[in-house]
Amino acid sequence: MSETLLSVSDVSINKGLRQLLRGVDFTVKSGEIWQLRGGNGVGKTSLLRAMAGLARVEVFGAINRCEDMLYSGHATALKGALSARDNLLSHPSGMGMPTSAEVDEALGRVKLQGYEEAKAGRLSAGQKRRVALARLFLPSGRLWLLDEPFTALDVLGVKILEERFIEHADAGGAVVFTSHQPADLGDRLNLLNLEQFSGE
Amino acid sequence: MANESSRQASNVSSGLPELNLSQFLWVQTRRHLGLLIASPGEIVNPLLFFLLVVILFPLGLGPDPEQLSLLAPGILWVVALLANLMICMRLFVDDFEDGSLEQLAMAPLPLAVAVVPQLLASWLASGVILSLVSPLFGLMLGFPLAAAPTLVASLLMGTLIMLLVGAIGAALTVGIQRGGILLALLILPLYVPILIAGTRALEEATSQGDPMVALALLGAGVTGGLVLAPVAIAAGLRVSLEL
Amino acid sequence: MWRIIHQFGSPPWVYRFCDRVIPWLLPLTMLALVVGSVWGLLYAPTDYKQGDSYRIIYIHVPTAVVSLAGYYVMAFAGLVSLVWRIKLADTAMRAAAPIGAAFTAVALITGAIWGKPTWGAWWVWDARVTSMLILFFLYVGVIALFQAYENKAVAARACAILSLVGTVNIPIIYKSVDWWYSLHQPASIKFTGESAIDASMLYPLLGMIVTFYALFALLMMLNLRQMLTEEHARSSWLVKRLAH
Repeated sequence: MSETLLSVSDVSINKGLRQLLRGVDFTVKSGEIWQLRGGNGVGKTSLLRAMAGLARVEVFGAINRCEDMLYSGHATALKGALSARDNLLSHPSGMGMPTSAEVDEALGRVKLQGYEEAKAGRLSAGQKRRVALARLFLPSGRLWLLDEPFTALDVLGVKILEERFIEHADAGGAVVFTSHQPADLGDRLNLLNLEQFSGE
Repeated sequence: MANESSRQASNVSSGLPELNLSQFLWVQTRRHLGLLIASPGEIVNPLLFFLLVVILFPLGLGPDPEQLSLLAPGILWVVALLANLMICMRLFVDDFEDGSLEQLAMAPLPLAVAVVPQLLASWLASGVILSLVSPLFGLMLGFPLAAAPTLVASLLMGTLIMLLVGAIGAALTVGIQRGGILLALLILPLYVPILIAGTRALEEATSQGDPMVALALLGAGVTGGLVLAPVAIAAGLRVSLEL
Repeated sequence: MWRIIHQFGSPPWVYRFCDRVIPWLLPLTMLALVVGSVWGLLYAPTDYKQGDSYRIIYIHVPTAVVSLAGYYVMAFAGLVSLVWRIKLADTAMRAAAPIGAAFTAVALITGAIWGKPTWGAWWVWDARVTSMLILFFLYVGVIALFQAYENKAVAARACAILSLVGTVNIPIIYKSVDWWYSLHQPASIKFTGESAIDASMLYPLLGMIVTFYALFALLMMLNLRQMLTEEHARSSWLVKRLAH
């Protein structure tokens, strides 16, 4: 049984006077993992933000999605002055309102044991990214919209994340992410090449 | 903006527990207080600014205690107003830039409620502290200690209204590069009634009059501000986030 | 009712409306301005206290009255634009702002010119003058905020919110400034109350107030038409209309 978590029908996106994308059409069902691909500036982030309801551009067409969504963008809402644990405990999305124990477990899953008390500002770029991605190991939405989640991750981090995607999809969720790199998700991965919808 | 992406509620059942509103607000208040405490400059700098400007007045006007104590109510309030302006300039900038605000806007509660913790934390760390130490600054200007309760009470309420009104301007200008001067232009005219009521309370208190009328007006301002301002702040933030 | 709202939201209809009204409103307003000025400046009696200098009220008072009304026009347009998302209301709001600011500036300048012979100073912290100054800054704030945004659709929304906040505050500001003034009233300033004004002075004043309302409407329509021309430069209805 698979439900539709996101449907994008005939969506066009304008940025200023330029048409970025035209006639984007696809449906995300539970259990699916989608990668949005395309070169720089093709409109991956714009489309993802539009799907999250955060469009900073003009969007035409219909986007329907479930309320139950997690969005993580380039800006990760991490506060350098707070510890990794406090960052996740007080994440402003208000999602799931995790307990301290849940947060520590999630940090363990992204291999950051021992860093719970560390100020996020002291962590490396890759570690910061992991803290942000630890949200995926906490009670979270069914539909994940992730902008470049693999940025700054090492090989192990990428592997952890890919396994988590599959785990989430198997549990009835769905993932839509943007990335330049080919992801190692085998036949679970649906590719959407945005070049074919390019407005120019 | 012709944004037709409707957020239709679908029949997908939520896997998440209901948001516990009071817990969320408490956690967010702690987050913002934690951030303010982690960078003490944000708390101390407005106080230092207040002190410095208070020092400038005797240097500019002359040390005559009579004249200073006559001008003290006005000086104290104008300086408090400027210190508040400084705080408003920083109010949403970090959260806007690091993505916290857009995450907050996606939280399952009205944005007008979701911004309250930050306002509360900011008031506790700035307005309340400034109000409590203001009698010390008053002493430097010959402001009588007997009128200190009125000074503290008027500033407690005044800084809260000024923060609420200033946050509207801050919300509208947070996306603008170098919006600081613009913010001053937008909100200083709106501060006029607060300044008038506040200085009036102090003048009454120092001249053996009854400051209650002015204090009651400030109280009314707090009530009205608490009801109306969060709605305007949320609307302003939505504009800045281009939602 | 709904049809009327719909019509006012349609740029071609409003453009046509402006095109029809301006040709007779323009000469009528100019005529009224001339008649009112001549009446006020030449035929109205001389004030026994202030002499002829009081005659500046025939410019000062109307601009002051209309500049306040102009703010409400602007804020109402902002409200319509926020609630119904009518783009034309944005344009109307933007069209009103500079005109209102200009009226306020004229009121302030004429007030200063009037103040010199009457009170012996160019600037006096009178309650009305002070309120007018704050109103001027409220207008300037809206204009500056619009200029600061790059995305003009977003700018219009921001300005609408700001002008609504201003609307809520204007009565409070006016009341508080009145209160402030009544408490600090300096003895040297004695203002002839307007209730004591004689009918022979009042009628030309009322005439001028009506005329300045018409002038505001005229300027706003001219400005609105200009802005619509810019915004819809490539729309077929405008191209057709201009080709006429």
